[in-house]
Amino acid sequence: MLSRVFRLAENRYSIRMQMPKPEPEILAQRESFIRILRKIVPGEGVISSQEELRAYECDGLTAYRQRPLAVVLPADTNQVSEVLRACSECGVKIVPRGAGTSLSGGALPLEDGIVLALGKFNRILEIDYDNRIAVVQSGVTNLRISDTIAPQGFYYAPDPSSQIACTIGGNVAENSGGVHCLKYGLTTNNILGLEMVLMNGNIVRLGGRHLDAEGYDIMGLVTGSEGLLGVITEVTVRILPRPETARALLLGFPSNESAGNCVARIIGAGITPAGLEMMDKPAADAAEAFCHPGYPDNAQAVLIVELDGVKAEVDHLIGEVEDIAVEAGATSVRTSGNEEERLRFWAGRKAAFPAVGRISPDYFCMDGTIPRGRLAEVLARIATMSNQFGLRVANVFHAGDGNLHPLILYDANVPGELENAEKFGAEVLKLCVEVGGVLTGEHGVGVEKRDLMGVMFDEDDLKHQQRVKCAFDPAGRLNPGKVFPVLHRCAELGRMHVHRGQVPFPHLPHF
Amino acid sequence: MDTINVNSAEDVAEVIRWAAADEEALELVGGGTKRGLGHIATGDGAPHQLNLSALSGIALYEPEELVVSARPGTTVIALEQALATEGQRLAFEPPDWGPLYGQPIGASTIGGIVGCNLSGPRRLIAGAVRDHVLGLSCVSGRGEEFKCGGRVVKNVTGYDLCKVLTGSYGTLAAITEVTLRVVPAPARTSTVMVSDLDDAQGIAVLATALSGKSEISAAAHIPADVENGCEQSLTAMRLEGPGPSVEERLNMLGTSHPLEGLKMTILDDEESGQFWRETRNVVAFANNQNCTLWRLSVPPSQGPAVTARISQKVNARWFYDWGGGLIWLEVPEDLSDGGAVLIRDAVAEFGGHATLVRGAEQIKANFPIFQPQPSALSNLSNHIKKAFDPNGILNPNRMARDG
Repeated sequence: MLSRVFRLAENRYSIRMQMPKPEPEILAQRESFIRILRKIVPGEGVISSQEELRAYECDGLTAYRQRPLAVVLPADTNQVSEVLRACSECGVKIVPRGAGTSLSGGALPLEDGIVLALGKFNRILEIDYDNRIAVVQSGVTNLRISDTIAPQGFYYAPDPSSQIACTIGGNVAENSGGVHCLKYGLTTNNILGLEMVLMNGNIVRLGGRHLDAEGYDIMGLVTGSEGLLGVITEVTVRILPRPETARALLLGFPSNESAGNCVARIIGAGITPAGLEMMDKPAADAAEAFCHPGYPDNAQAVLIVELDGVKAEVDHLIGEVEDIAVEAGATSVRTSGNEEERLRFWAGRKAAFPAVGRISPDYFCMDGTIPRGRLAEVLARIATMSNQFGLRVANVFHAGDGNLHPLILYDANVPGELENAEKFGAEVLKLCVEVGGVLTGEHGVGVEKRDLMGVMFDEDDLKHQQRVKCAFDPAGRLNPGKVFPVLHRCAELGRMHVHRGQVPFPHLPHF
Repeated sequence: MDTINVNSAEDVAEVIRWAAADEEALELVGGGTKRGLGHIATGDGAPHQLNLSALSGIALYEPEELVVSARPGTTVIALEQALATEGQRLAFEPPDWGPLYGQPIGASTIGGIVGCNLSGPRRLIAGAVRDHVLGLSCVSGRGEEFKCGGRVVKNVTGYDLCKVLTGSYGTLAAITEVTLRVVPAPARTSTVMVSDLDDAQGIAVLATALSGKSEISAAAHIPADVENGCEQSLTAMRLEGPGPSVEERLNMLGTSHPLEGLKMTILDDEESGQFWRETRNVVAFANNQNCTLWRLSVPPSQGPAVTARISQKVNARWFYDWGGGLIWLEVPEDLSDGGAVLIRDAVAEFGGHATLVRGAEQIKANFPIFQPQPSALSNLSNHIKKAFDPNGILNPNRMARDG
């Protein structure tokens, strides 16, 4: 598996994403700037040797690599503030980084920029069960929060698949999801407070332990901003009592249509499952071959439906979902009788990506969201595209919230196949937008989908977003080259084009 | 002051373009029920009213997708009625504050609710308005139409401008269409009532219940003599869900610490509905229009400490929602500062913020209505305001007198 990932990376090394041009004057000042950084973060907190920098040259999107100017590992918020102030003064760009698990290149370094890594921000500061919150530093991993509070019967709801490694600060930057979003929301719905350092070095605290912060919802704006607005140093998360019980159903269907129809009927019946996942035949077959979870043989599509809550509720809803599944044409209905069986149903789904990795030399993982009702239609069109492009595709789908992960299979050793797969991927995302969906449901725009932003947003939409960037970072030093396809200068964006002396709207009724 | 009525996004854009060019201030109005909330919008002269109430109606409703789009002038009641026909509702339980300002009940619009980010008792577990806004179409203070978000729940494409626009009191943009997530309504609702607990006991009971597995969807404590004719305090916990689930959770709640052995009353669907409607609409404090009314958001466990600190100095009445995290507090009208200094000091000590919801004009003119922010944060807020509305024409000074 590892060697395959590596090969994927090496093969794609030649593909260059257009990034902001390195500034020669910054590159020339490298040594003196590193000395400034060492004064702020003494000891081993500044990494500058080419060999050590290599560990930071990419994130989870290994296709793009770049060694940074230097890596800084500050130990506290004041150091972060001083680093940002020094970068502002010297005009040095900054790429913030948590665990580096981004799948969209959010932490891809810049040649003339530093990587600001939050690895030392690894302390859980306080768990306040009375107010049902935890205060943690931004480099704490997602799973560690849940593990720490598990003995008291609590957990932190968002559970991205990288939760063993990914940090809560990265989760905030990307607004990470997971398989339980339909019922429990994304990161943005599960945090109450942030401490953040702005590009000018100012430290601001947003929200706290209370609900609904005063003033503009800057915390909401920063969540999912992909490290372009500030550096997050501390997060206050909501923690929830773990549901009394959870049970899952494993359903097999004769077609994608009937599975999609079942999803619509479950939602239509007023049921909100904790998880509602779908795999098409290629994905389910790969998972079955990989870890033998016992998926139905002849099914063209497999659904996993998980219900959680008190036992009476779960038993009641399991019965309702069984009835709905049969009405929707399920050819196989199994209900987990114990925890071991529930986890076995999930094992195949959780292993779906590596399982697909075994049946193809390389694959691309896409991440669009569509309205649930368009599922069958979208899968049919992806199948048509698969024929057109001559590339196989396996579909894994957070069906409950419409988040589609088509895995496009290709072999980078076949000339042209990689470029073909990229084109196929772009067409899939355009299709998602066309049917009323979005380019990315949980992986972020980063560099990967940056140049497709125009498919979803027009020029005015994007300018309103970019002016927010200017409000936080007028010189554009924080993580440039991500999210936005065209970098406008803030002065140009700020200009108002006005036409004075118009007759004010004579056709509108006045009183 | 004149009123300009619009019924299309193009009209809104045209009016704002004109106002931006001539630097004329605009006050955005929907149902007009919350004009008393916040500072009075002021420009160089009296602002023109941009009335969005005719820009109304449901643009799209797909029950199986759990999504609805409506124009801003749509009344909350009309929207909720449409959702109810499909067995759905808004999870954030929008309150109607009209009567707090001497306005009729039922006139509140969805644009106003989104603009002010006002949520009811279920905010405790289901999130606020801002958690349910999936997408917005707007016209910024530049007179440019733009959209943000989408119509699906899972969406991280670009900045989440919906968040900063929700609760911006019309100071950044005029909303021309809002897309909301909706949820299924539960088959059954019951409320457990315990009486005669003091504040600390009541909030402790709520905290224990909220940390348990009975999935409480609302938690309030009403001290004695706050509700008319109610001589004992009430501690209320709401359970919602399928019938068998509510039954088991009622049983679970009643037979475990700390409720075990306490005398409980169970309210059925209808009584429960009325109790929480009155709680979310602050009926207890709606009638006395002269009293000064505050809304405090604090860490839930600190609620009783905050009210104790305040009531040492002034004669106050209050009740708690959100498990103790939301305090509605009324102080006498004769306090020259409306209690602002005392209340803001208490909030500063325990964390949170306080909003002066209702007070005499001279109090509102002299004291900040919303919690003042540290300078680094207020500077950032001003930059955000300028990004959307460089000429400062939309609801100027509504949130803070300098922004």
